Amino acid sequence: MTASQIIFYILSAFILGTAILSVTTRKIFRAAIWLLFSLIGVAGLYFWLEVEFIAAVQIVVYVGGIVVLIIFSIFLTEQSGKEMAKAPLVRTIASVLAVLFGFAFTYLLIHNYGFRAGDKKFDWSVSKIGSQMMGTGEGGYSLPFEVVSILLLAAMIGCIVIAIKNQPGSPAVSQENDQTKNSKSDENA
Amino acid sequence: MPSLEHITNIIHDWLNNTFSPFWALLFEFVIVGTCIIGLFAVLGLVLIMMERKVSAWMQLRLGPNRVGPVGMFQTVADTIKLIVKEGMTPNGADKFLFNLAPFIAMIIAMVVMAPLMFAKGFQIWDINIGVLFFASVSSVSVIGVLMAGWASNNKYSLLGAIRSGAQIVSYELSAGFAILAIVILTGSLRVSDIINSQADGWWIFKGHVPVWIAFIIFLVAVTAETNRAPFDLAEAESELTAGFHTEYSGMKFALFFLAEYVNIFVVCAVGATLFLGGWQPLHFGTGTKFNEIMDYIPSSLWFIGKTFFLIFVIMWFRWTFPRLRIDQLLNLEWKYLLPISMFNLLLVTLIAIMGWHF
Repeated sequence: MTASQIIFYILSAFILGTAILSVTTRKIFRAAIWLLFSLIGVAGLYFWLEVEFIAAVQIVVYVGGIVVLIIFSIFLTEQSGKEMAKAPLVRTIASVLAVLFGFAFTYLLIHNYGFRAGDKKFDWSVSKIGSQMMGTGEGGYSLPFEVVSILLLAAMIGCIVIAIKNQPGSPAVSQENDQTKNSKSDENA
Repeated sequence: MPSLEHITNIIHDWLNNTFSPFWALLFEFVIVGTCIIGLFAVLGLVLIMMERKVSAWMQLRLGPNRVGPVGMFQTVADTIKLIVKEGMTPNGADKFLFNLAPFIAMIIAMVVMAPLMFAKGFQIWDINIGVLFFASVSSVSVIGVLMAGWASNNKYSLLGAIRSGAQIVSYELSAGFAILAIVILTGSLRVSDIINSQADGWWIFKGHVPVWIAFIIFLVAVTAETNRAPFDLAEAESELTAGFHTEYSGMKFALFFLAEYVNIFVVCAVGATLFLGGWQPLHFGTGTKFNEIMDYIPSSLWFIGKTFFLIFVIMWFRWTFPRLRIDQLLNLEWKYLLPISMFNLLLVTLIAIMGWHF
């Protein structure tokens, strides 16, 4: 076994171990922290593959962004410090079965088709990713990029609309309410 | 004169000639690790001493002056005191995470050092995404604070952690935009490319007003990211006793303290690399007599000098500005810094496309 293989197995064991801990722990904050370590392990795997850009993006998006937001929402949840109740037996059995089927399915796929090494040279560089992302010609991703941007913008606007509270004291909303009330009373009259 | 690049090359060649490549690499790992830990210790001692002396100077007093000549060994004595103190773990705390948090803070401060270029040809890892690596790994540093605040099982710690999270998540954006400004002008994320592009003048001189704006935004944002006053809401001692590290004592507290100062060093080093030319001497144009004279000063001295100048500026902030309120802090970022830096980025792009920089 070469050093590279040893590193791969250590990284994989780390990712799988922390992932299992993340789903089996009964403290929700610890689950988030184990998830964090699992994601860092995946970033390490990308570094091992020498695709540094993807690794850095993995850290920015998942570790620095999503896990921090998860931890934030845990902080704002009531009773998040207590241990969660033990899962009922039926749920445990069902989840174990689901995991087993998942393993069987993946094993079957790998057994039948295996991992074939591509003959194309794996070429990545930040400038190439950038020009491909913004390209409009052959193999360009500018349209999907724009569609995703619009989707994210819509999600952001949606969040703001949900977060705005209709406070009773705020002038615009209360005026509207008054008008509707008046019109209703007019109709009644 | 033997330069740092020369010394590292001699060691590298000797190791590769004496051992197989695998063992040579392993020995190099060990050497680099030892050097980084040594640098950590020295930086902690020097920067804490510097902070106390600078604050004393600004407040017209002497500062530490009993241990050693002009009190120079005060921080050594403090460190020995902290090492022999008991590191207590509160009963109600989540013990595992409580003890893990200081190490997370330390490890991240160490990892961020990898792409820094300390002198000409003297760098741990010339990774091709250097600046992005810095931005991404430093965004993880908030995890240590959040973990410490939660695991302490203390309301002050939790409040400090929530404040710190909100602060770091928001100020990361401005810091990222400021870094992007230089990346656009250079056209590369690699640290050595960015430094080489400043051989005929630092970006702060070459890039006109947009780079000055980016520089100021960078300074403000990194001050907030390192939890320094006037943005030290996470540990505001008059409101939250000590914020996220209220429950920590002994060496565990010292690790947080150390990580904070090393983070200051790292962000200032990155600022010096991006805006002040890293190890590049003060050059104007190419091939002038002035440039030749400046080349006599070693590159490591240039780097250290610039970095410590920026550290001094950040300390200056701390001892002159009052602390912001949390709503003022978030307003400053989302209503002022972020729109300004977005617009600034467009300006920088225009300058880069039209070739208006020198």
